[in-house]
Amino acid sequence: MVELIVYGIVLGSIISLGAIGLTLVYGIIRFANFAHGDLMSAGAYIALFMVTGLLAWIGVPDGSFGPLSFGWRMLIAFPVSMLAVAGVAILLDRILYQKLRKKKSGPVIFAMSSLGAAFILRMLILIFWGADSLFYRPGMMRPAYALPLGVKIRPDQVFILVLVFGLIGALHLFLQKTKMGKAMRATADNMELALVSGINTERIIIWTWGIGGALAAAGGILYGIDVLLHPYMGWNFLIPLFAATILGTIGNMYGALVGGLVIGIAQQVSTAFLLPTYKPAVAFIIMIIILLIRPKGIFGGSSR
Amino acid sequence: MELGGILAYLVSLAIMAGIYAVFCLGLNIQWGYTGLFNIGIAGFFCIGAYTSAMITTPMPTGIYAQYVHQIFGFNLPFVFGLFGAALVCGVVALLIGIPTLRLGEDYLAIATLGIAETIRLIFNNEHWLANGPRGLMGLPQPLQNLVDPRHYNYIYLAVIVIILVVIYLLIERAIRSPWGRVLRAIREDEVSAAMSGKNIFSFKMQSLVFGAMVMGIGGALYAHYTKAISPSVFTPLYGTFIIWIMLMAGGSGNNKGAILGAFVIWGLWIGTKFMTDLLPYTLKARAPYIRFLLIGILLEIILIYRPQGLLGEEKKVSKLIE
Repeated sequence: MVELIVYGIVLGSIISLGAIGLTLVYGIIRFANFAHGDLMSAGAYIALFMVTGLLAWIGVPDGSFGPLSFGWRMLIAFPVSMLAVAGVAILLDRILYQKLRKKKSGPVIFAMSSLGAAFILRMLILIFWGADSLFYRPGMMRPAYALPLGVKIRPDQVFILVLVFGLIGALHLFLQKTKMGKAMRATADNMELALVSGINTERIIIWTWGIGGALAAAGGILYGIDVLLHPYMGWNFLIPLFAATILGTIGNMYGALVGGLVIGIAQQVSTAFLLPTYKPAVAFIIMIIILLIRPKGIFGGSSR
Repeated sequence: MELGGILAYLVSLAIMAGIYAVFCLGLNIQWGYTGLFNIGIAGFFCIGAYTSAMITTPMPTGIYAQYVHQIFGFNLPFVFGLFGAALVCGVVALLIGIPTLRLGEDYLAIATLGIAETIRLIFNNEHWLANGPRGLMGLPQPLQNLVDPRHYNYIYLAVIVIILVVIYLLIERAIRSPWGRVLRAIREDEVSAAMSGKNIFSFKMQSLVFGAMVMGIGGALYAHYTKAISPSVFTPLYGTFIIWIMLMAGGSGNNKGAILGAFVIWGLWIGTKFMTDLLPYTLKARAPYIRFLLIGILLEIILIYRPQGLLGEEKKVSKLIE
């Protein structure tokens, strides 16, 4: 059981990365981005292209770091993929959502457009990589550290936890200390007031997509390292992402972090009683319960 | 292909388009007239199909009972299957509506998406319910002893056309009634509709349930056409996404547009199949993805450049008003 909770924290930290991006987009650009899960997939597959294709072709050595299952190739591919998916998210905004904003379309049209974008991204992955599960490095031995209480944890999972909390810490500093971060928080709080204060909302929107896309890519790659890559991985993450976002109150980054961890732990612990394929359903049930008892999430004041 | 073959092909095309048209009409009640964002159509599709399948088949007996499990089998006629499918879908819609309809429109979308995935997982994993991933086979068809099985599709097309016309007239009647005007008022401006003393939650719920019941009938029609169903059929792609594109292309808020959209998009979808058949052999396995990619791009183009669809909404409510 303790082991399942530890694995839940690993899964939850990955969900948090996606949910933080989703909640920022939801809070600042004001629509439910149904393509967010597929941005995670895109990140994972771009890294796969780098690791097994481009970097191998350039001649970057294939070794791995100590007990970890990856080496220099992944270390290079990781930030490049984050940047690339940030670019994809911004590009989607420029060719789709910006046009809808100009036409003053309703929020549902945006959501529908993002649903279309999700399908387009997934189809591109399926066209280029096919429908099979893939690994960054197939057939690797995965030695695990034995911790007290019968917990076995792989070095990769320790790396995932360290990296996720490093990224979230960096984002926290960005939002609290930089001018752009403060402007983003202001826009999330009150769009009209931000406009009146002279904040350039189009620039905020670009930054939001960039950060959201980069974090989604990181989440997707880490899931690929921990488990595997699959064209539908992002789609399967979508319900946990929304559950985490709603649980932690829409627009609240720290709420999304907590929500992600709660959903991740609940999903892993449920495998002790239910088939593992029911994981998305577990997230869904939690979300419905939240909607019934506290629709504004745990960090939402009752006044708003 | 000789002429008879082409005709038979067109009939099978029209049957599928007709079934999708039923779904479009159901979605049109929810989205076109009330503004409810349901992206879990596949869930109602699945429940409608399975309910009707189990109502119309007998419980497996003898040797079959070892291989086929289903929770019930009533062996009743087709019509009972249709009504049962509608009823069960209505109940499911009611249950989804309770936690979500008082909240913003996105919540309904997320919840319907979740329920559709959950329903598929349940049918896939619970073997006692409806035979798990293998699904149910040998479903009966209405009036199947009337003609040679080779020509049966003509009969089924007639059945679908009749049901489609009945549903169309029913919705047209409902939408032109005071009840329908309330739905449109809610879609346009919830606050002012509430200020006119309309119970927003109740009307939204009625619209959600009504639409879901129509979708249930669509699911039943599908099940008795293919005669075999399994959970893998009811994916977000074939079960939800394509229906949204049909309605958006045809014109949401217009029942004629909903039917037109179903036929146009289904025609395009089959047309792209002929196109991808020309691809080199190595790419053929991935041809469906290329087709869906094109359909996805089409949706984005519609949303940006022609959100009203081909026909657009008819603003005139009565023929008597000039």
